[in-house]
Amino acid sequence: MARLSMIEAINAAFHEVMARDDRVLILGEDVGVDGGVFRATVGLIEKFGPMRVVDTPLAESSIVGTAIGMAINGMRPIAEIQFEGFMFKAFDQVYSHASRMRRRSQGVYGVPLVIRAPYGAGVRALEHHSDAPEAIFCHVPGLKVVIPSTPSDAKGLLISSIEDPDTVIFLEPKRLYRLFKEEVPDGDHRVPLGKARLVRKGDDITLITYGGMVQICERAADHVDNEGVQAEVIDLRTVWPFDIDAIIESVNKTGRLIIVHEAPRSFGVGAEIAALVAERCLLSLQAPIKRVTGYDIVPPLSKLEDYNYPDPERVIRAIHETMQF
Amino acid sequence: MSEMDTIQMVDADGNVVDEKAVKSVSDELIHKMYRLMVFTRAWNAKALSLQRQGRLGTLASVRGQEAANVGMGMALEKGDWFCPAFREYGAQFARGVKPGVLYTYLGGDERGMKPPEDACILPICITVGSHLCHAAGIAFAAKARGEKVAVLSSSGDGSTSEGDFHESLNFAGVYKLPVVFAIQNNHWAISVPVEHQTATKTIAEKACAYGIGGYRVDGNDVFAVYLTVKRLLNEARSEYKPSLVELVTYRMDDHTTSDDASRYRTEEMLAPWRARDPIDRVRKYLVAKRGWDEQKDADLIAGCTEEVEQLVRDYEASPPPDPADMFNYQYFEEPWHLKEEREEVIRLLGESKR
Repeated sequence: MARLSMIEAINAAFHEVMARDDRVLILGEDVGVDGGVFRATVGLIEKFGPMRVVDTPLAESSIVGTAIGMAINGMRPIAEIQFEGFMFKAFDQVYSHASRMRRRSQGVYGVPLVIRAPYGAGVRALEHHSDAPEAIFCHVPGLKVVIPSTPSDAKGLLISSIEDPDTVIFLEPKRLYRLFKEEVPDGDHRVPLGKARLVRKGDDITLITYGGMVQICERAADHVDNEGVQAEVIDLRTVWPFDIDAIIESVNKTGRLIIVHEAPRSFGVGAEIAALVAERCLLSLQAPIKRVTGYDIVPPLSKLEDYNYPDPERVIRAIHETMQF
Repeated sequence: MSEMDTIQMVDADGNVVDEKAVKSVSDELIHKMYRLMVFTRAWNAKALSLQRQGRLGTLASVRGQEAANVGMGMALEKGDWFCPAFREYGAQFARGVKPGVLYTYLGGDERGMKPPEDACILPICITVGSHLCHAAGIAFAAKARGEKVAVLSSSGDGSTSEGDFHESLNFAGVYKLPVVFAIQNNHWAISVPVEHQTATKTIAEKACAYGIGGYRVDGNDVFAVYLTVKRLLNEARSEYKPSLVELVTYRMDDHTTSDDASRYRTEEMLAPWRARDPIDRVRKYLVAKRGWDEQKDADLIAGCTEEVEQLVRDYEASPPPDPADMFNYQYFEEPWHLKEEREEVIRLLGESKR
């Protein structure tokens, strides 16, 4: 065990997986000599060389497109897109090929590919550096979408994603990269995809969240605990296909549900969860479902960023309204 | 680069232009290529006929491009990879794709999308130019493992306007990948002529921008296509030299069966290309130089026609796919939501039968 930040845990995962599996390679802009603009890939090119830590030309579509070819031809590529806002140049390759090559070849070719990108707001960044596009990828048949919330989960989920036979969109909340450190298991540490994490047990209300919002929900839960409200906090970890059983079980217990994400509200992950809860356990509900989310807007630049990014106060208000319904 | 630089070995009248090159092709091989060209035309003509009768779906006719198709397909060696677009049936056949399986696909049955498992061939790619990236990536993986294999992609003149064309050739040039990008320049991207795709005189010269080899070939001359692509694949395989090869040909039919080319091109535009037919050219050469005659030719056409008829009988006799099969192969392991949706379809089907 070592105390690592999220970015250090991601780096540790790469060092370990690449040492034991020579099919694994990393490609992207500045991933080699520079070690990645956030230093996620630092120290790798020295150890594994330029054919496994590949500094690509500045061209996102071919970063993903060539990675698809590599995956078809027996490799386990990890494609880094430098920021989530640049993923859309590669969207055709994701949508038309990575997600459907298994289907298009009737099972002959899979695409075991991880597409990583720093994700989300909260770091006072430039335009196109603060987006939360996970729902766009969740809507693509054949993809998996993973967003970690802790250093330990980042390592364990990343290793599971690299070993997964299908394409995984792995979004790393950049606000959490260096926010805190925790003990991260050495060596093989896998967090299974599709399994949520019970962050905090509670009987009164369920908060479903993931990524950078997990801490926000924990702080809100701490606050209402003083008022005698026990909030259960569930971290989805795999945003899609998510852990439906964990959601339904918790809502059946508490009868109240708030979904918290920084991504825009409409047609978002919260909407899907709300629909499924309505279909499966409507009669358990004692209050309407609420969503605390980013608004349906382009993420604001730094001066207004905090008004869009959900904070504990907005979650606490939603808890109060739900409890008082 | 000009027309003068176009590689030709046998001219449109079947006269030998490059004696040494043409002689290097054995009797067995040229007969095999000729047979496959004739077969591809018969297969394609039958497919068009079936489509008009509602017995097959939309088809992109390959008539006029048989030499480009067969020449490049036959140039591949075992272990090489082929990444086709959607007008490469002849090359797919050369690579081991069963002609009947392509009828299955064009008939709307996804079982026909399954490539032969050991043929190293990707499925047909319809999103134009996107598969050039896959070719480069496959080549990168081969080079990273030190394998001596080459990768061939094929796409049309329209694909050279796509960003993925530029990105793939650029990546291949930077990493010196064992890949050959073949462009079937058939002069048309649906209604847009090649002059509106690019201001360059040739497609081959675009290779200069990527630091890779660029070659222009008479795409209706199967000798030139086969021998040039074979040489370039050898260079890719043994020297990690990527290249772009332009196969100059002509789309003799509509873009697809949903298109009406009379809206944008005239009979006068087609006439010179009728005189450059890739199959007529080989037949004239074979008659003059390799002991071929009219009777043998008639027997070959009759044989191909009968083979195609049998494929159609088999295709039409095969049972339709199971509706629940549409959930297959979305993921390696089916997640909960797809299990539920699959069960819903099975349940609805069961109820509607009652």
